[in-house]
Amino acid sequence: MIHKYSLNGYNIVLDVHSGGVHVVDDVTYDLLDFVDAPVPDVCPEQAVKALADKYSLEQITDAFSEIKELWEEGILFSPDDYEQFADKMVASPIKAMCLHIAHDCNLRCQYCFAATGDFGGGRKLMDFETGKAAIDFLLEHSKGRRNLELDFFGGEPLMNFDVVKQVVEYARSKEKEYGKNFRFTVTTNGILLNDDNTDFINREMSNVVLSIDGRKEVNDRLRKRVDQSGSYDSIVPKYQKLVEKRGDRDYYVRGTFTKYNLDFTKDVMHLNELGFDQVSVEPVVGDPSTGYAITEEDLPRIFAEYETLAKELIQRKKEGKGFNFFHFMLDLDQGPCAIKRLRGCGCGNEYVAITPDGDIYPCHQFVGMENWKMGSLYDGSFDFKMKDMFARANVYGKESCKDCWAKFYCSGGCNANNLQYAGDVHKPHKLSCELEKKRLECAIMIKAAMADE
Amino acid sequence: MKHIKTLNQANLKKSAAKGGCGECQASCQSACKTSCTVANQKCEK
Repeated sequence: MIHKYSLNGYNIVLDVHSGGVHVVDDVTYDLLDFVDAPVPDVCPEQAVKALADKYSLEQITDAFSEIKELWEEGILFSPDDYEQFADKMVASPIKAMCLHIAHDCNLRCQYCFAATGDFGGGRKLMDFETGKAAIDFLLEHSKGRRNLELDFFGGEPLMNFDVVKQVVEYARSKEKEYGKNFRFTVTTNGILLNDDNTDFINREMSNVVLSIDGRKEVNDRLRKRVDQSGSYDSIVPKYQKLVEKRGDRDYYVRGTFTKYNLDFTKDVMHLNELGFDQVSVEPVVGDPSTGYAITEEDLPRIFAEYETLAKELIQRKKEGKGFNFFHFMLDLDQGPCAIKRLRGCGCGNEYVAITPDGDIYPCHQFVGMENWKMGSLYDGSFDFKMKDMFARANVYGKESCKDCWAKFYCSGGCNANNLQYAGDVHKPHKLSCELEKKRLECAIMIKAAMADE
Repeated sequence: MKHIKTLNQANLKKSAAKGGCGECQASCQSACKTSCTVANQKCEK
């Protein structure tokens, strides 16, 4: 299977099953409409006839022999022989956890999927005993995995920072005994950042996600405090300080774009102008009945915006002022292995979420959906049948993913979005698919442009 | 080649044979939390 498209003056051909990315000239691009595996020895007469008005015979046959060469090398029209790895896609140890340290929040963001912080279950903070039980659960279920990931999430984790510190201390005290390496991350809205917790985060957390939507008017329209005032003025200096002190360790400023700011390139650029070079601005997830939700009619506008952003980034990179935009980051040679790509997001299988009450869910997005509760830290229950179902919800377990050209890049999408908006974990949410494919086309095009020096 | 420029090593198949150690980051833990993108994760090997 190949996927070919033209963007920003580049004809790009992705060979799906080898991962090969080729930039081709016009004659090759047109010729590929007439060729498939097995590539014959001689250029099909039908192709020669159809293209004769546009290209010389020599151009056509020359291009054809290059296509044939790539096919013989196995980097064009390469076969799909990944189903043999299906047994590697099930029954993973649980090695990543989203710890809902606070089901409470000091902001009232309109688009919050967590029902302004409490996930519909009342405002609660996790106590240390529950945090400790979560670490014990992870140590017990992570079996052979060395690297364990724990994200402090909420609500707003800084509202319960003493417990964050205690949990980190407890986990670190077990690393040697169990032969594990904990990687902590925190996702915060920044309101409560101060010197003390900033230093702790910079010392202990391998990554930090700092929520901000971009321009002041965009951020403050939806990211409001309880008294309805905006959050921008309070958080920007705190983020700048944290990032400056952080040195070269990972972080993201992470925003959400909605129907209200489809010109989100301006927000990405604004965040960069504030001094941030690791930026993620992502589409809102919301019910179409809300005013801010992205709907199908917005797609052409968003596609154009992603192209605008991609071109801006190319220009900045060429001027030596490039920065990372999370959704355009792609390593065509050293990215994740194919097994990882087949497995997908890992929710409910290698990744779970824990609520302040010690309930276990497949991921943070499922929290509050009673039917999807997997167990409890307190009664020792855990639904291995549900875990197995999630393990099989991979690219080859989802009918419409199997034959999609983008399957090795999004890996089946977000299972929670699939459930919420397509009605089934196994049915990809079409709108998310379209956005993902466009981002991927842009990301590959950026590679083509940067190789074209 | 005159007509085609290949940008990468196209080593996805090779990566399948040696892959699956499971030590890399769960994709949702990186930044997104809502919009799954696996391909931008780093390999730990």
